Amino acid sequence: MNAPHTNSPEAAPTSDVRSEEMLLNMGPQHPSTHGVFRVVIRTDGEIVLDSESHVGYLHRCFEKHCESVSFLQSVLYTDRLDYLTSMGNNLAFSMAVERLYPDLKIPERAEHIRVICAELNRIASHLLAIGTYGMDIGAITPFLYCFRDREKILSIFESICGQRLNYNYVRPGGVAYDIDDSMIAAIKDFCGYFRPKAQEYDDLLSNNDIFVRRTANVGVLPKDLAISYGVTGPSLRGSGLKRDLRRDAPYSIYDRFKFDIPVGTGEKGTLGDCYDRYMVRVREMIESLKIVEQAVAQIPDGPFKSEQLKGKLRPPKGESFVRVENSRGELGFYVISDGKDVAARVKCRAPSFHNISLLSDISKGCMIADMVAIIGSLDIVMGEVDR
Amino acid sequence: MTTPYTLVDWVLGDGAGWLARFIGAILVWAVPITGFVSFVGLLSIWLERKISAHIQCRLGPMEVGPHGALQTVADGVKLLAKEDIIPADADRILFAFAPMLAFAGTIVGFAVVPFGPGLIVADLDIGLFYLAAVGSLEAIGVIAAGWASNNKWSLFGSVRAATQVVSYEIPMGLAFVTIAALAGTLSMVGIVEQQQGWIANWFLFRNPFTWVAFIIYYIAALAECKRAPFDLPEAESELVSGFHTEYSGMRFAIFFLAEYAQMYVVSAVAAVLFLGGWYTGIAPLDAAIGGGTAGMVVGAGVIVTKSFLLVCVQMWLRWTLPRIRLDQMMYLCLKVLMPFGMLTLVGSTVWEHFLPSPAIVKDGGGWTGNTVMTGVVVAAIGTVALVAYVRSVIRATPSLRAASNS
Repeated sequence: MNAPHTNSPEAAPTSDVRSEEMLLNMGPQHPSTHGVFRVVIRTDGEIVLDSESHVGYLHRCFEKHCESVSFLQSVLYTDRLDYLTSMGNNLAFSMAVERLYPDLKIPERAEHIRVICAELNRIASHLLAIGTYGMDIGAITPFLYCFRDREKILSIFESICGQRLNYNYVRPGGVAYDIDDSMIAAIKDFCGYFRPKAQEYDDLLSNNDIFVRRTANVGVLPKDLAISYGVTGPSLRGSGLKRDLRRDAPYSIYDRFKFDIPVGTGEKGTLGDCYDRYMVRVREMIESLKIVEQAVAQIPDGPFKSEQLKGKLRPPKGESFVRVENSRGELGFYVISDGKDVAARVKCRAPSFHNISLLSDISKGCMIADMVAIIGSLDIVMGEVDR
Repeated sequence: MTTPYTLVDWVLGDGAGWLARFIGAILVWAVPITGFVSFVGLLSIWLERKISAHIQCRLGPMEVGPHGALQTVADGVKLLAKEDIIPADADRILFAFAPMLAFAGTIVGFAVVPFGPGLIVADLDIGLFYLAAVGSLEAIGVIAAGWASNNKWSLFGSVRAATQVVSYEIPMGLAFVTIAALAGTLSMVGIVEQQQGWIANWFLFRNPFTWVAFIIYYIAALAECKRAPFDLPEAESELVSGFHTEYSGMRFAIFFLAEYAQMYVVSAVAAVLFLGGWYTGIAPLDAAIGGGTAGMVVGAGVIVTKSFLLVCVQMWLRWTLPRIRLDQMMYLCLKVLMPFGMLTLVGSTVWEHFLPSPAIVKDGGGWTGNTVMTGVVVAAIGTVALVAYVRSVIRATPSLRAASNS
């Protein structure tokens, strides 16, 4: 493993000073690997020559679980995948189950509630991503500012479904509970509150010179490399590719809303660097806010779940694949039903797993501090990587 | 009390033998200073918690004592009671010795830091030089800790600490020399006494270059204390905890205490070199207080207040700024601060040669160059503050913001 290497371009220049390479274990218990992620780094001093990612410490047999519990119970397990975007996970799995039914109509109100919850959850997730990213770079205060605002979203979710993290709210056929006027008022309040707050993040982080110097030109992810690794979500858009399933392959009722898709521009450094990926997330929060505002304004009355799905779910024989734009990328569920009350097979396509897989390609030759910045900018959630 | 006398002489009288003087020095200085360091540590840690909390929209400790004032004491008791863990593969002797070295390296700095007129352990003729010399002792403790831990992350921390020392010491030394050239002495008391009188006599306002020297010194001091944005040796999010990853219990507490004591030392030195030491900056007030015990007490209050204000600025910076990278730290210290430090030294001496300040206006009378300088600086700060305030008002008001953007 520690074989001498002299031909690689990253090798330290030969000099009179004899230096040795060191194998460094980053993780699975490390503050900046965002969970139990392990990277074995071959370093020369502070320079990263090579790295090797190891995942699997949090493997919980999600797909196997789904083959032994009912469809409704499986929704509960999707909460624990990307636990910061539970609403999106619920939505994707529910849609995959719904697609097994040939002529199922989801009530309009339920669709609106789903979009509102998914977008609020995206804001909460991006807030955490930005906050922890600041922390990776060494700024602790933005993290608490982000948590202050995330707290408001969690309180809204708590009033809607009683949970603050793993919601189990969006279910096949609709949502679990209806929302009332006070919750809609709270969401409207939040929209008014949050828009000016976004300026604070720019003041504290985005325009901070140290932060820019730490992230610009670091971990440059070229567009073609991103595509060949199957990178999706803000990490892909940071490389300048305008791809967002909410726009390109609209699901639910996303085709009714007006919103922009922010992409990286290389404004402070190279296109596709850590700063671009970070900035895409900051700007996406405002776009999500626009969607929430529009959805809240036009939410219709009516039932919040379909009357067609009652009792134990026994989808007809068949298979379905649904993908949604989650806050970390494209989340896909492939469900095979053989007509029983449990799925014959479930496959989950997790965006974080694909996003982190290129770590060793874009981190060659950087410093250890950059390694932390790159992992943070890819924004992984280990619950989803390991499933 | 004439100048060569120290407090020990004052207590013991003139004819005491060396043993009596030695024991006297321990009782009069070493014990109180250690107590003072502990007090500074407790107060700074509490301040840090409260300041960081209020910066971050939190309350901070509220339960133990009024506004959590005794939280640090409780933590100290907890750390004392904790198991003292030495890793199996560690260099046991060095591991145990390193925190003491770091703490001792910090505490010897207090020897030349005045706490007030006459309140100085040793008014060395080479006080400033001594300070620059012992300033890096603490770093040796840190390097030893990282090496002895036999942990790769700690090793990275100690190598970073070594890198940092050789980087910040040069600009810091240049800032020292700038002031030494103005004062014509290296004695800390001598430097303070030259700043007697009105606030315009403080070395900070002596000429435009001393402002630059102050900023250079303060940045280098942040690096010396390993405070953000220069907290590279501990870099929590990169190196876990860097050099003190393997330390727990009281040994960790000693590192912690050393860091806060170091913060006080560098701030007190800034107060001595640039901010008039124990003088209030209001000449009639200083004259009214006079010397003697009253002067000692008030002077001590003034210099400690100034130091703690600078400590608070360090905390403010820590909770605002991200951490810079190792190569950026070296770039900043060696390629930005060092040239500016040299420029400052040359500029300051040239300014003093051609535009000499009227030799220390003790009574503060006259329309001196210093006063003009002070006026310009105050006006500049005022303008910047006004612009910043107007900008923040515009930002906070949506209608104004829309108007300014269009």
